[in-house]
Amino acid sequence: MVEITTFSGNRGLHLEEPLIFEQGCPGRVGTDIDDAGPIDEDRLGGLARKDAIGLPDLSEPQVVRHYTRLSQKNYGIDSGFYPLGSCTMKHNPRLSEKMARLPGLADLHPFQPKSTVQGALSVIDLLAHWLKGLTGMPAVAMSPAAGAHGEWCGLMAIRAYHDDHGESHRTRVLVPESAHGTNPATAAMCGYTVDPVPATDRGRVDVAALKAKLGPDVACIMVTNPNTCGLFEDEIIEIARATHEAGAFFYCDGANYNAIVGRVKVADLGVDAMHINLHKTFSTPHGGGGPGAGPTVLSEKLAAYAPLPFVVHGANGLELVEHAEQAPGAKPFGRVKGYHGQFGVFVRALAYILSMGSDGLRQASSDAVLNANYLLASLKDVLSASFDGPCMHECLFDDRFLKDTGVTTLDFAKMLIDEGFHPMTMYFPLVVHGALLMEPTETESKETLDGFIKVVRALAAKAKNSDADDFKAAPRLTPRRRLDETLAARQPVLRWKHGANAEG
Amino acid sequence: MRYLPHTDADRRAMLAAIGAKDVDSLFKDVPAAARLDQPVDLPAGLSEMAVERAFTRMAGQNLSAGCAPFFIGAGIYRHHVPATVDQLLTRGEFLTSYTPYQPEVSQGTLQYLFEFQTQVCLLTGMEVANASMYDGATACAEAAVMAARVTRKKKIILSGSLHPHYVETTETVTKHLGLEVESLSPDPFGLEDLMGRVDSQTACLVVQNPGFFGGIRDLTQLADACHEVGALLVVAVAEPVSLGLITPPGAMGADIVVGEGQSLGMGLQFGGPGLGLFATRDKYVRQMPGRLCGQTVDQDGKRGFVLTLSTREQHIRREKATSNICTNSGLCALAFTMHLSLLGETGLTRLAKLNHAQAVRLEQALRQVKGAKVISQSYFNEFSLYLGDDVDAADVVEKLAAKGILGGVAASRFYPHWPELRPVLLLAATETNTQDDMEALVSALNEVL
Amino acid sequence: MSMYFTKDHEWISVEGSVGTVGITDYAQKALGDIVYAEVPEKGRKVTKGGDAAVVESVKAASEVYSPVSGTVTAGNDALAGQPALVNESPEGDGWFFKLELSNPAELEELMDRAAYDDYVAGLE
Repeated sequence: MVEITTFSGNRGLHLEEPLIFEQGCPGRVGTDIDDAGPIDEDRLGGLARKDAIGLPDLSEPQVVRHYTRLSQKNYGIDSGFYPLGSCTMKHNPRLSEKMARLPGLADLHPFQPKSTVQGALSVIDLLAHWLKGLTGMPAVAMSPAAGAHGEWCGLMAIRAYHDDHGESHRTRVLVPESAHGTNPATAAMCGYTVDPVPATDRGRVDVAALKAKLGPDVACIMVTNPNTCGLFEDEIIEIARATHEAGAFFYCDGANYNAIVGRVKVADLGVDAMHINLHKTFSTPHGGGGPGAGPTVLSEKLAAYAPLPFVVHGANGLELVEHAEQAPGAKPFGRVKGYHGQFGVFVRALAYILSMGSDGLRQASSDAVLNANYLLASLKDVLSASFDGPCMHECLFDDRFLKDTGVTTLDFAKMLIDEGFHPMTMYFPLVVHGALLMEPTETESKETLDGFIKVVRALAAKAKNSDADDFKAAPRLTPRRRLDETLAARQPVLRWKHGANAEG
Repeated sequence: MRYLPHTDADRRAMLAAIGAKDVDSLFKDVPAAARLDQPVDLPAGLSEMAVERAFTRMAGQNLSAGCAPFFIGAGIYRHHVPATVDQLLTRGEFLTSYTPYQPEVSQGTLQYLFEFQTQVCLLTGMEVANASMYDGATACAEAAVMAARVTRKKKIILSGSLHPHYVETTETVTKHLGLEVESLSPDPFGLEDLMGRVDSQTACLVVQNPGFFGGIRDLTQLADACHEVGALLVVAVAEPVSLGLITPPGAMGADIVVGEGQSLGMGLQFGGPGLGLFATRDKYVRQMPGRLCGQTVDQDGKRGFVLTLSTREQHIRREKATSNICTNSGLCALAFTMHLSLLGETGLTRLAKLNHAQAVRLEQALRQVKGAKVISQSYFNEFSLYLGDDVDAADVVEKLAAKGILGGVAASRFYPHWPELRPVLLLAATETNTQDDMEALVSALNEVL
Repeated sequence: MSMYFTKDHEWISVEGSVGTVGITDYAQKALGDIVYAEVPEKGRKVTKGGDAAVVESVKAASEVYSPVSGTVTAGNDALAGQPALVNESPEGDGWFFKLELSNPAELEELMDRAAYDDYVAGLE
């Protein structure tokens, strides 16, 4: 290939784009604002701003071009295959976006009188109805803003139950070694100590070790199921039974609920609490890292401790309970965030759920599992599968196939970028060496999977037969090549300052 | 099903490649007792048209803010969001991308986060800001926990000017962390004395500016008092547009500034999702929660951006992390940063002036309401109106709604246990209000009072 | 001057009653590029096996445990600006802190260089 240099630094459709602070000209404005008009005197109490803010002034077309160019430096699900394990990057329906923008749903204030927001409360109530129905659980706390926030909500409800039952000495939480980092971090936020549980060589919780750790000081276990290796914990019912027998609760990390929705009711597994990532299972957009939502289903025992606010059916329609005394019997552990939950995300998730229906949701989890097993079957002879199948919605490989090649998991992933794919999840879960975790999702066609399989097989062969430096140099075809993360961390530059952020 | 590409032939071919007789056999690890052999007993899927019909019906049961004279604030503000923001926000490369863990294919997200961090610093007068948190209330709670970590002290004082949801969230988050939270009484008149509250045990004092009831205060002396005893001053800002006109917390000595970014770029959305703003001093950066984006260079020496200082976070530190937070509010941060880019220095200053002028005009108009009096000593675009000794503001709000007016929010909705707050009504005015709206509110108030 | 090693890959060199502590070459290689080091302040009491300092690479954070008990007499302030010293000179300029030993007998429970080298060889 001929290396072409240009005068502008642009390369065709790869357009360089300076920081917004390096553009503009004082006096331009990108949106018209009416003149404030005269007022007798201000009411600012003598605290009017004295110094300029320092924001650049740009016109609307400049702003449009800036963000359009930035968008072109991103890879999204809309761009191509995104097999990022444990993240569930599946098609985000645009109908959901359209519904979330209906003025009757988008242009509502959380403190309008309840009589003027009955439709909004019914969105929350209907979504709650589906979440309860699908999981078989009797209650759901709707307000958590994300998966980790839902974990914390679940553990706070568990702690409130124990405190209410004279069991405050229960402060130990059992967490499998393969758990996502949020699990131990969440337990710590509840004032709990974390006791790790080892895995078996089958990639599942060591049930005997778990049982040995159960005791009168254990508050709960936190088990992800399907687990972070993409496997169903086949002894889950026994785990739940032993946990309950020890007086502890079973918190299920629902990060991978998308594999089993419509095929398993988690209530039947003995789950006491589980968060549901609406941005994964119910396909609301990830948006470059949020916002998500993490409603948390709760068992009968924990239901009374759900946080404020919540929707109930009252004599005059739906009511929003914002204070404990408005709901007899409720013992909310507190409030987890401002207002009434991630309403905009609820609308999108409900639009997806109503579109799919119970039949479609079951088909989706079936196809997600089918796709992951297809990848596993099609790649296991050239990559090294960490565990025997069948897997659930994602398949896990480790770096044994790269032994003695000089190529690492990271290099392999970066090569995939040049091939036009988003890499799989790397180095997670930690329980295998150099993990490559692939989650194809149900919205990918067989043709897409076959195209990916062909490339991965070719790269595996190339890694074995060629110079590792070729891999180390990848990616070459992106707006930026590998970035110096060491420099970023050693000399943090976390904002633009006048004259300090020159192009390298 | 329109989102699922497989035909039955595809599925058969794939099962054959796997060597499985059917999909059910792939679920063999699920204990038989928990396997469902048919869909859950809930409705079947609907066409786009049918789904639209269902939502249009639910939307029709609401009175949307744009269809009524509207004066509600209390932490969520109605501003005009330029059409450009939402149009750009739905670009698939923004909307459907993940957290930028792979920087080579995420420079777009990373660059706007870097710009966002800078904008938050400029607005608040602080040195470093993170890439956002869930919302203002959770950011406030995280700030309190961080202050305790920085100072190694346990007492957290929450001013009566702080949004009650921020108070409740902070109380909940700190419940089991061995911290002592002192929440002061609601402060509608702006009279609370905080100077005498901080002592050598204090980790932080948290105040809101403009306060929940509207008042603006000079925090300089409070900051000095905090620093004298080794405590941090945390300032919450629920209305970032105010920073276009009033002195930023950083210039008054704040150590941590948290806020709600909703009012720029995002619209009301019934209060969620929000956008938590979080900024502090450089020296505390390693104690900060949440993601940070930083500048670096690539293999060819070109400027680029990455997520950095990740060792603070849960995926590395696990139970020793600064927080369990994993996401940020990326798309909301994008909406915020796009709106602010469209405004610029000129536009934000104009917008803030206009908001303040609107509130001043609303106060003037309300002088025609018998017995009512604005009790906020100072304000930006929201103030507290005292309706008269025997008046129940909650009742007034209902009566106004019956007349098609969304006339503020009663303080008693947040403070049911404070009878002296029953006559207090919080009213906000923004650029979205017209003179007609204000006249309609005044005449309706005169009818219902 | 004699040097001792721990199983957690710290070293301590002792002169009289003062010890200098750092992490070993094996440890810095395992961590990769060091981007941050936090050293204890003067006067802090540390205990054998207890947390004393923190060392971070881009993707990992580790505690540095004190090999013995004592009182910190100095932290290596140079690491704040130049964390790379830990990579470049782990047993020299990349030291973490100095301490006044409170119980020199604890040294006897540590490994000498030969024993440590054997221990590391066994890990690979």
